[in-house]
Amino acid sequence: MIKILLFAHLQEELGKDKLEVELDSISVGELKTKLKDTYSLTQLDQVMVAINEEYAINEDVIKSGDVVALIPPVSGG
Amino acid sequence: MEDKLYEIIEEPIQLHKLVEKVQRREAGAITTFIGTVREWTKGKKTVYLEYQAYKPMAEKMLAKIGEEIQSKWPNTQVAITHRVGRLDISDVAVFIAVSSPHRKAAYEANEYAIERIKEIVPIWKKEHWEDGDMWIGDQLEKVAYPSGKPNVKGMNEHD
Repeated sequence: MIKILLFAHLQEELGKDKLEVELDSISVGELKTKLKDTYSLTQLDQVMVAINEEYAINEDVIKSGDVVALIPPVSGG
Repeated sequence: MEDKLYEIIEEPIQLHKLVEKVQRREAGAITTFIGTVREWTKGKKTVYLEYQAYKPMAEKMLAKIGEEIQSKWPNTQVAITHRVGRLDISDVAVFIAVSSPHRKAAYEANEYAIERIKEIVPIWKKEHWEDGDMWIGDQLEKVAYPSGKPNVKGMNEHD
């Protein structure tokens, strides 16, 4: 199982702060496509993905047990 | 908790305590940056702001910024606190303190810190106006991540 944390507008669009998907492994790019299709999220292209609190690229592979976070463009400060 | 150098908190930031975290006998300068909530942005009146953070990762990224600073400006000490939750006009959202033996490094490193916060730290701001609200994603109104991911390696690689 992969846990996916949501923040900011993504959290509001889906009405929850996390998702759980039953997968053994998937690449970051594939996961984004899957989420786009499943939840019709519109603004995923600019969204970064972190795996276990580290930024990841599309080719990185997520494994069962990892905590993934969808990180929209940040606006702290 | 008092001596954590990089923190995301919900309570008001205690400015003097943050300064104390970087005070050292070898320091000849401490620069501080205080980011506050602005009432007017591009002609629109903000009523209040709401900040959200991915706290463990945000604290990690703040620490990473501190490491970058210490490798660029040796013998500096950095402390950064960012507040989250509801903030009213003029409230302090972020406080950065840098100490160094000489002032130039402390000034430069402090500016570097706030620029990097806006690039890599997972914190989001929601503007609440009189007639609506919106999560702000792209404060500079340019493509957020031109290289496909935030530049986590350091600012020099921008150019």
